[in-house]
Amino acid sequence: MQVYADNAATTKVSQTAIDALLPCLTDKYGNPSSIHSFGQAASREMENAREIIARCLNADPKEITFTSGGSEADNQALLSAAAAGEKKGKKHIISTAFEHHAILHTLDKLSKQGFRIELLPVYQDGIVRLEDVEKAIGEDTALVSIMYANNEIGTIQPISEIGALCKEKGVPFHTDAVQAAGHLFIDVKVQNIDMLSLSGHKFHAPKGSGVLYVRSGSVPLVNVIEGGAQERGKRAGTENIPGIAAMAAALKESCENLDANAAKVSAMRDRLIQGLEQIPESVLNGHRTNRLPGNVNFCFKGIEGESLLLMLNLAGIAASSGSACTSGSLDPSHVLLSIGLTHEVAHGSLRLSLSEYTTDEEVDHILATVPTVVERLRAMSPVWESMQKGK
Amino acid sequence: MAMNYSDLVIDHFTNPRNVGEIPDADGIGEVGNMKCGDIMRMYLKIKDDVVEDVKFKTFGCGAAVATSSMATELIKGKPLSEVIKLTNAAVVEALGGLPAIKVHCSVLAEEAVKAALYDYYTRKGLPLPEGIEAPCNGDCAHCCSH
Repeated sequence: MQVYADNAATTKVSQTAIDALLPCLTDKYGNPSSIHSFGQAASREMENAREIIARCLNADPKEITFTSGGSEADNQALLSAAAAGEKKGKKHIISTAFEHHAILHTLDKLSKQGFRIELLPVYQDGIVRLEDVEKAIGEDTALVSIMYANNEIGTIQPISEIGALCKEKGVPFHTDAVQAAGHLFIDVKVQNIDMLSLSGHKFHAPKGSGVLYVRSGSVPLVNVIEGGAQERGKRAGTENIPGIAAMAAALKESCENLDANAAKVSAMRDRLIQGLEQIPESVLNGHRTNRLPGNVNFCFKGIEGESLLLMLNLAGIAASSGSACTSGSLDPSHVLLSIGLTHEVAHGSLRLSLSEYTTDEEVDHILATVPTVVERLRAMSPVWESMQKGK
Repeated sequence: MAMNYSDLVIDHFTNPRNVGEIPDADGIGEVGNMKCGDIMRMYLKIKDDVVEDVKFKTFGCGAAVATSSMATELIKGKPLSEVIKLTNAAVVEALGGLPAIKVHCSVLAEEAVKAALYDYYTRKGLPLPEGIEAPCNGDCAHCCSH
């Protein structure tokens, strides 16, 4: 049995997305900037997609900018808000310690340009506190950027409350909703979100298209990619029409089925959590229920994450880990360290991320396999041996 | 396969040779540390200057397990005069290569063997042969520099 349990990394492309994509390859293949009928057909396809996506977010179509994905949207959001802040002498940006690197590395860049970056703690449960945001906001705050849901541990942040607070304080609010879009409720008006990033391939569209939503009149966009006048001159490059059409169709489908999918997927998630926590010396990472419907993240003490992934892969299970060996650096995931895990424990992390395509049989296979693999790795682990002797 | 490991590496990872402990070992070496994410413990049984038996336990990635396993195969039944010359390059070669970012794991395998030999010579009160020195102090930056 082959089980794909890495949906936080990327998802299978849905039939709905494929059906929307194919005509853009075969018939509507024109360049939307061209004035002939081929170009105009492509342009209509793109504007239709923009309207669909705007409706899903409760935004206006002109507030939607297409990008190559979540990272580009995050970069552009931060750099634009920073530029707008700088003009008003505001050089303070608030974010959190466990953001995606698309945010953290852009903030590093801004820090070198003289911005004061304040990364708020996310505590053991992986949730930022509203009062910390409130305390951090000052006269010179140019932006608050807090992710909607964390990509590794799945914890959901109090976005509506932070949005209301930022509105009251008159500070622009950006949220990286890459993991949330298509999976959690989003209404940019109700939630007072000024800027939002999302990525199509996290909700069953192909890789290579994303969206930056910016509320009209909030933050003027600064170009990250210079060139032609696409996207009202704010994002050059011929638009990825097949990707955009597929993303719109996939987001619409996900949003229409949001509650049903969440109920189905979170039931499987909870069954996995309850099963895996029977393994001795296992720790669930992040809040037990206030997390993405499909996210399960555990640490198993005494074993190392890459070994675990290799063994699971051989048993047909595709998962991910925040261990140093899988991150390609010396340190385990910054997300796991931000919730207070030691290096020792963080090395043994396992993320299983489900989708509505996951079946109960697949969950059974995971539940039957993980304990055996953990036991096998512990049998050859000197760390586990020392832990046992120390008891 | 993940990380582009060769079939031989995967074989040594999934069916590691000589896993375990030797209760009455003549030399035990442990190298690596938890911060780095790789720890190897090597047990040697030595008779008449020959490695009569060897066992290991490893906490680490696929390459760490596979290099430990291969290192034990390379030294089992060998005279100490040969064992002290074990290099990480020989372990990597025997495995048919490792992905570039994983070569550092093979350094740990060599060091684990040498740490066990150090323990053996020290326990016996014998002079240390050239190339055998006290195991690393836990600063694993030199092993783990990617």
